Amino acid sequence: MSNARPRFSRAAMIAGAYRSLPLQVGVVPFALVVGIVSQGQGLSLGEAVLMSTTVYAGSAQLLALGHWGVPAPVVAAATAAFIVNLRLALMGPVIGPWLDRIRGWRLWASLFVMADQNWALSVAEMQSGRSDAGFLFGSGVLMWAVWVVFTAVGHLMGGVLRPPPGHPIFFAALAVFVSILVPMWHGRRDLMPWIVSAAVALGVAWLLPGTSWHIVAGAMAGSACGVMRDQRRGNAA
Amino acid sequence: MAIATYITRAGGYALFRAIRPNQTVRAALGYIPGALFVAYVAPALAQGGWAEWFGAAVTVATMLATRQMSVAILAGTAGAWLVWALR
Repeated sequence: MSNARPRFSRAAMIAGAYRSLPLQVGVVPFALVVGIVSQGQGLSLGEAVLMSTTVYAGSAQLLALGHWGVPAPVVAAATAAFIVNLRLALMGPVIGPWLDRIRGWRLWASLFVMADQNWALSVAEMQSGRSDAGFLFGSGVLMWAVWVVFTAVGHLMGGVLRPPPGHPIFFAALAVFVSILVPMWHGRRDLMPWIVSAAVALGVAWLLPGTSWHIVAGAMAGSACGVMRDQRRGNAA
Repeated sequence: MAIATYITRAGGYALFRAIRPNQTVRAALGYIPGALFVAYVAPALAQGGWAEWFGAAVTVATMLATRQMSVAILAGTAGAWLVWALR
């Protein structure tokens, strides 16, 4: 059973946490927003922290908080969470090569802390030939801790200091994804899939505003485009 | 909400672990990351204004120049802030 290539080592966890530090810069404003909004909607500090700790999915949390009320809209919030986070179902299989090699608490805990940013970093690591899922776990745990702590900070700030909507501090969250995209560009083969993905995402976002269907729709359309084009070319290029 | 989110995280992967993906599926999985983030970013940029567009351009340029995410994020945010402050 021994395998020379590590699959869940402490070294990889630490490397993951360290390498994810730039991403935390983008996570902080997002968490602050969640904290501020939850305070505005009347959640207590404990409730806001509990939500971030257990759900750990910013866009879903904001969507649910936008329609919050008393009693809390359990079914609507759970449905929203499921739909908004459907992309997570696609993301797990992409890092299959890593996840296949771990099991038990390591596997299910790694999946719990999988989020867009540390997943993207992990994909890059995987494509560079590294095989250690500890990287995902280490970066994930750090992000989760940052998320929870800054949700609390945002909540405390909510009453005191309010950046207006559209304030550029919130751009940091978008900048994270833009900067992640740059190294993902693998050349001209990505041009059509990305254009298709953007077009489909724009269309779906326009048709269904306030939801996150556009993410899954764009990802699947772009991916289908790439695969179909490869098959037509007989996998050359 | 937490359970629903966790089901998407774990369920998608669990399903794939049971099915053995073929070459086509693996190719698709290769394209998904880029397409997914493009899908995430495109509507956000379309809804944004000059500050977001300029910030995104600075982010990309900085990333190409330095290959450092933290620098790119800070530079991009500063760029967006600058445009926002000037308008």
